[in-house]
Parts: sequence; C-alpha cells; structure tokens
Amino acid sequence: MSRRTDNRQPRPSWVIARTDLRQLMQARDFWMPLTIVALLFFVIIPTFLLLILGSVKDANLAKKLSDVVGSLPKDLQANVHGQKGPASASYALAVYLFAPLAIIVPLTVSSAVGAHTIVGERERGSGEFLAHSPATERQIYLGKLMASLIPGYFTAAMGFLFYSLVVNLIVGRKLGGWFFPTTNWWILMLWVLPPFIALALAVILAISARVSSAAAAQQASALATLPLIVIAYGVSSNTLFRGSGTAFIIGGLEWCGAIFALWRASKAVSRERLLGMGAA
Amino acid sequence: MSPDTGPAVALSGVRRSFGDVVAVDGLTFEVPRGTVTVLLGPNGAGKTTVVRLVTGALRAHGGAVQTLALDPAIDEQGTEIRRRCGVVPARPALYDRLSGTDNLAYAAALFQVAPTLVDERIAEAAGRFGIADALDLKVGGYSTGMRARLALARAVLHEPDLLLLDEPTAGLDPESARAVLGLIDEMAEGGKTVLMCTHLLLEAEGLADQVVVMDHGQAMISGSPLDLTRQFWPAPRVVVDADDPSILDAAQALPFVRGYQRNGVATVELEHETDVPDLVDALVASGARLTRVEPQAPTLEQLYFAIRREHQ
Repeated sequence: MSRRTDNRQPRPSWVIARTDLRQLMQARDFWMPLTIVALLFFVIIPTFLLLILGSVKDANLAKKLSDVVGSLPKDLQANVHGQKGPASASYALAVYLFAPLAIIVPLTVSSAVGAHTIVGERERGSGEFLAHSPATERQIYLGKLMASLIPGYFTAAMGFLFYSLVVNLIVGRKLGGWFFPTTNWWILMLWVLPPFIALALAVILAISARVSSAAAAQQASALATLPLIVIAYGVSSNTLFRGSGTAFIIGGLEWCGAIFALWRASKAVSRERLLGMGAA
Repeated sequence: MSPDTGPAVALSGVRRSFGDVVAVDGLTFEVPRGTVTVLLGPNGAGKTTVVRLVTGALRAHGGAVQTLALDPAIDEQGTEIRRRCGVVPARPALYDRLSGTDNLAYAAALFQVAPTLVDERIAEAAGRFGIADALDLKVGGYSTGMRARLALARAVLHEPDLLLLDEPTAGLDPESARAVLGLIDEMAEGGKTVLMCTHLLLEAEGLADQVVVMDHGQAMISGSPLDLTRQFWPAPRVVVDADDPSILDAAQALPFVRGYQRNGVATVELEHETDVPDLVDALVASGARLTRVEPQAPTLEQLYFAIRREHQ
C-alpha cells in the first residue's frame, strides 16, 4: 500500500480540505441531489427551452420572440446574431438570460457544503480532534473554505462545459457554427464567479462556526444566501449586458469585498468553537 | 528549565471559567516525564478542561500552563505542543464515512509524519492495537471497542512525547476496557508520559505513578499511590483466616493491634507492617491453625474515598 514516494509535507489546510472532499465523495445522499439540481439548471432546462424556441413555426409567435430581443438594451441588440425571430431569441436566451444560473447553482452547492463544514465537526465530536491538532486556526479555516469552494466551483465548471455544448449544438447549428462561450461568459466564469462564491462562503462559514447545530446552520445559511441570489441576478446580468471593462470592474470590486469578508470570517473559527464553546 | 528535563506538564494556579461556571480554579500540579499521572474526580471536576488547557485547545484565564517546557498560549509554541501531544478524547471523534486507514492517514498528515513513514506507522499502530484487519472498513461500521482502539492508534501515530487520555474506556465493555488499559500500560512501560483522566477508580489501579484527586476544578491532593496510602491509610491491614475463626479474636488484645474486625475472615489493623510476623506468632501460640495471612494494600477506590472523607 505504498502511496507516497517523497518526503514533502502537504499543507495542513490542504490536508483538511482533501479529507473533507473525500468524505463528501462518500456521502452520495448529500451530493446526488446537488448534482441533479446542477443538471436541471445547466442542461435539462436550457435544452428544453432552446429546443422549444428552435421549433417555433407559428408566425405570430416568431414575431413575439423578435420582440423579446427588442426588449434587450439597444447596444446588445446589435450583438444578437442570427435571423429575426426564433434564432435570435435562442441566442439572446442562451447568452444573456441564463447567466444567473452560472452563479446560483455553485452558490447553492457551496452553501450546502459550507453550512455543515464547521458545525458538522462539532456535532460529530471530531472538532476536538482538530482543536488538539497542530493546524493553526487560520489553516483550519482555509481548509474548510477550500473544501466548500471546490465543489461549488467544480459544479459550475462542469455545468458551464455542458451548457456550452448544449448551446452550441442547439443554437450554434442555426447561426452557422459554435459561438459559445462569448468573451463576457469567460469573464463571468473566471473573474466574477470565484469571488462571488468566496463572498457567500465567508458569510456561511462564519455562521457555521457560530451556530450549535447543522440544522441551524442550514437555516441561517439559506437565509443569508437568499439576498445573495438576488444580487447574483444583478451581477451576472450586468457582467453580460455591459462591456468587458464593466465586467472586470464588477469582478474587481467583488474580489476586494471577498478578501475583506474572508479575512473577517477567519476570526470566527477558533479552537474553542471547534470544541463547542461560544456556539449560539 | 531544560526542555527535556523538567516536568512534562506544569500547572500553577490555573483558572478557567465558562461564563459563570468555574471549571478549573487555581489548579496546581506537575506531571513528571516518563510517568503515568491519573486525574481522578467525579464528573464535572474539570478533568477534560485540564486536558484542553494542556494542549492549548483552550486558553487559561489565569495562572500558568507549561507543557513540554513550552507555553501553549503563545501561537508557535502551542502548535509545537500539539504536534508533540497525542490526545484520546472522551468521545473518540472519528470520521465515520472514511476507512480506518483514511482516518489514520489524515492524522498522520495533520501531525506532520514524514510521508515516507506514513504507511509503515499506520501498519505498526494498527497491528499494535489489533485493528489491522478492519483498516479498510468504514469507521461507521466499527464497534465501540474498535473505535476506542482506532482513537488510541491515531493518538500514537506521530510518536508523541505526551499522551493525554480522557476517559479512554468510557462506554467500553469490560473486555475491551481491559485491553485498552493493557495497551496504555504497555505505552507507559515504553517510557511515554501519560496523563489520564478518569472517574473509574479501578481503571487507574496499578497504572498510576501519580494520582491527582480533583473536585470542583481544584486538586484536593496529589502524590504517588504509595505516598497517599501512607498519608490517608496509615495503619497496615492484614486479612487473617483460620480453621476456627473465633480463636482469631485473641488478636484484639495484642499491643500492636490498632483495630480488629471479623466478618467471615478477620481484618487486623497493625501499627507497622513489621508487626505481621508477631501477629502470626501470637495467633499460633493461641492455638489458631491459620489458613490465610494476607497483608492488604488499599485499593485506589478505598484511598479515594478516604481522601474525600478527610477533605469533607
């Protein structure tokens, strides 16, 4: 069973994150519903809607769909490729209107994982093991953060991959080739999304460190996530509706906010809280 | 104090409270290196808090804690202390979804065992604690006894200088408890410093080099079982039996006998241990055919209650 050949010590934060992820992989009852949610939002609903849009024959309905494109901001209408009617409506739907999914789904996954991560250690009693370990409080926090962020971002990346395939296969056919992801989608996924999940996790981990049970953490996290979902709509839509410059600025502001929130939240994780003291 | 010569643990006037509840109140005692120190006390005496203070998992509100000549309240020193301590908490605190191997590998990585040694250490610890065959199974399916053994294996994996055991046999059946205590005895014989908390007096019997009796967060008394016996159990006792036990009543008249009780067998309290041969001579001279003469050391339980009686 020789698994290791070198003598380099892994970082404690990565050791904690890796173990949490391994446990998550074993908890099929936990990740299966989250995978279904991701599939539903990234694959099934877009496929269904884009196929329906693509199959519109009725002239009246086609005109109404053209009007949908007309309701987009003026400068975006010029970006909408394709013919009038269903094809351009499909393009608009694929590129602009599904954008919030890219944030909401990973947010849901990360908050579900993050809500349990610290209070779960306490409930199992394994918080005592961590409290007596040489890992610093900062390392424990970082480990827990990574263990919550990675599943959310991984889901988003996989969802993005499948969503791109769906869009290109259904809409790209009508527009003469694969066109997705657009530049702003890349910015959304690589620049805007990570700090947004981190920002949400800062709140959720601080809650998880303070409450006394996983059920309470879940409730409080759901409450904290709701306004974030509303903000997600605004952020993701703005990222795509406005130019790349604005998207970069939005992302930059988020990074600043996320770093500040994570720094503040790191103080919530302490050995005493891992032992179950100071929990609300 | 040289890092390797002073006591493994030194608490001086340590105080810790949780809200209005004072868990540890001016506690002072030392754990010499290479010894087994047993913290005895009822539930709520503050024993678990002491373990947490020793590793720095909790900070003291007053007094001084020194562990392995380091101060757990200083961040870097606290990290070093925890790296050199092995803790078995009252609740084994394992990861049920992971296998035994994964639980041990996690501890090895967290306690900075060199990666090239991890497999060897896991195999060694698992073999020592008799769980080698169960290593690939998920811990959720382990029995309570196996969980306790795995927790012990996890605590010694990184070869700690100080082992802290908090009620290590809580919830175990007598057989498993005996096995776990045997393993602790083995480790102590190997020169490890052990600090064990228990409220089960029989558990500490024969293991302890030093006993600290705690109540309400304070050390009522501390010392070796022999010292405590001398202090709280000054009169040596001998259990005597004979073919005709009534003849044994003659012992009451002997000048060196301090107390006498006959209830089936006779228990005689003497002034000195050296009086035993004189007692035997006197009883034989009275015509007794002795079938049993057994000098008795008090059990830790008898000692514990004698100490509590004295303090009350």
